[in-house]
Amino acid sequence: MSEFFSNYGFELLQKTWEHFYISAIALLIGVVIAVPLGMLLARTNKLGNWILTVAGVLQTIPTLAVLALMIPLFGIGKIPAIIALSMYILLPILNNTIIGVRNTDPNAKEAALSMGMTRLQLMSQVELPLASPLILSGIRLASVYVISWATIASYIGAGGLGDFIFNGLNLYDPVMIIVGTVAVTVLALLTDKILGLVERYAVPKGINISR
Amino acid sequence: MLSIKNLTKIYGGKNKAVDDISLDIEQGEFIAFIGTSGSGKTTALRMINRMIEPTSGSIEIDGKDVMQMNPVELRRSIGYVIQQIGLLPHLTIKENIVLVPKLLKWSEERKDKKARELINLVDLPESYLDRYPNELSGGQQQRIGVIRALAAEQDIILMDEPFGALDPITRDTLQDLVKVLQKKLGKTFIFVTHDMDEAIKLADRIAILSNGQLIQFDTPDEILRNPANQFVRDFIGENRLIQDRPNMRTVEDAMIKPISVTADKSLSEVISIMRERRVDTIFVTRNDGTLLGYLDIEDINEGYRKGKDLVDIMHRDLFKIQIHDKLQDSVRTILKRNLRNIPVVDENNILLGLITRSNLVDIVYDSIWGETPAGVDEA
Repeated sequence: MSEFFSNYGFELLQKTWEHFYISAIALLIGVVIAVPLGMLLARTNKLGNWILTVAGVLQTIPTLAVLALMIPLFGIGKIPAIIALSMYILLPILNNTIIGVRNTDPNAKEAALSMGMTRLQLMSQVELPLASPLILSGIRLASVYVISWATIASYIGAGGLGDFIFNGLNLYDPVMIIVGTVAVTVLALLTDKILGLVERYAVPKGINISR
Repeated sequence: MLSIKNLTKIYGGKNKAVDDISLDIEQGEFIAFIGTSGSGKTTALRMINRMIEPTSGSIEIDGKDVMQMNPVELRRSIGYVIQQIGLLPHLTIKENIVLVPKLLKWSEERKDKKARELINLVDLPESYLDRYPNELSGGQQQRIGVIRALAAEQDIILMDEPFGALDPITRDTLQDLVKVLQKKLGKTFIFVTHDMDEAIKLADRIAILSNGQLIQFDTPDEILRNPANQFVRDFIGENRLIQDRPNMRTVEDAMIKPISVTADKSLSEVISIMRERRVDTIFVTRNDGTLLGYLDIEDINEGYRKGKDLVDIMHRDLFKIQIHDKLQDSVRTILKRNLRNIPVVDENNILLGLITRSNLVDIVYDSIWGETPAGVDEA
């Protein structure tokens, strides 16, 4: 074991970092697209449900297949992997954003509009903060997904901890597989923990107080 | 100042929610739109700030057609209170109060000053400014809902069944509060209700709507005396028509002279005054007559033994009624709350009179036996 770490220690750190930033960029792109899109779609009844259905269907396509489909379009490497992963996590974020916004208190919205908020002010000052608990938990869920799926992205040459697992499979080296797997799990758990803390501090205070 | 002409709202091509309503409202009037559900009262109200767009007709505020105005700016210039209160739970009370001033980009100091001024107006402590809506009771929340509608110094306040979701006692208190506020600030209030008692108690003029049409628009007295048709008569209820005659009097007619002391008196002086006047309760005022609180004989006994001062032992939270309130409304409240001695004050909280249970009983006897000969003959 210690021999493994002296041989691969540096590579492990490097791959973990690689894994982390592929996931983080994919997550960021997913959030930037899904949250505003979800807030717009929440207003529409039919279109919103329709998009959710389509996104749900996309979700059922195996990750490996999506990654493979990326090759003719974007070639191999990190960029197609990031594109595929961010597409993949659109659903949980979109879903939670739409539900979160639709569930905000209609009376608060009615009051805000009738006192002279513009649509944009209503979205940014009322709907977004009120839906933030659900949106944040969607992001947290997506972050765990994206870290586990990023493992498979190694298959199309994105690098990351998946390299350890795939190399381990090719070389019949169980230690390599286990180290890779444990590292992915630890990364996912840590991210979940950290985002859990973010959630606690980012959700507006008044929302958590109930009589 | 607010002129509504031939206002009509048609849904789905033929469903007339509001049908050709015309009425003029003066600056500083308290107007009630009353009707059964589906009468178009809320639709009519919501067309004033263009939350609903009229199908035809016009609404002018100080001669300006609201249809020519930017709807967002229009809404910021009109206060709005809804039944469900609709405070924003993620904002503090202060942020909720100054929501419209913030949209209008007031300075921090000005917003701060306004929030303090308003919260004092509705008898809530300034420390509440930093709390969140969910930490307040329903009645307290609606007080904030009301002052939120006043924060940007709007001249017109629209209220959609503002007290409908509150319990009867809280509702009573808030009605009184809003009435006093409206008088004090001289703003135009328009509110929607289905409760005739509420309309009679609060409104200067009542607009009765049915099936989208305006049936009668007049003062409560005039509507009670001369209902326009059978519908109005049914709506008011025969009961109230008869009952109302002796009760058209105000509190002023029924009150007696109160016994009071100024707050600088010592307890032994108070005791001798109470003994001399043979009363068990006494009001405490400032030198200018402003009502501060009351003391009853048990408090004094205890305070005297412990060597306390008058200001330490007096009760400061007391229910009071306004001198121009209708007696009928006050009697209801007094009986509901089981109060014995109720001080009567003017807008500035100066103590003017006292209503007791025993003089209410006198009034009831008067109205039953005192004025009846004509009524008996008719029957």
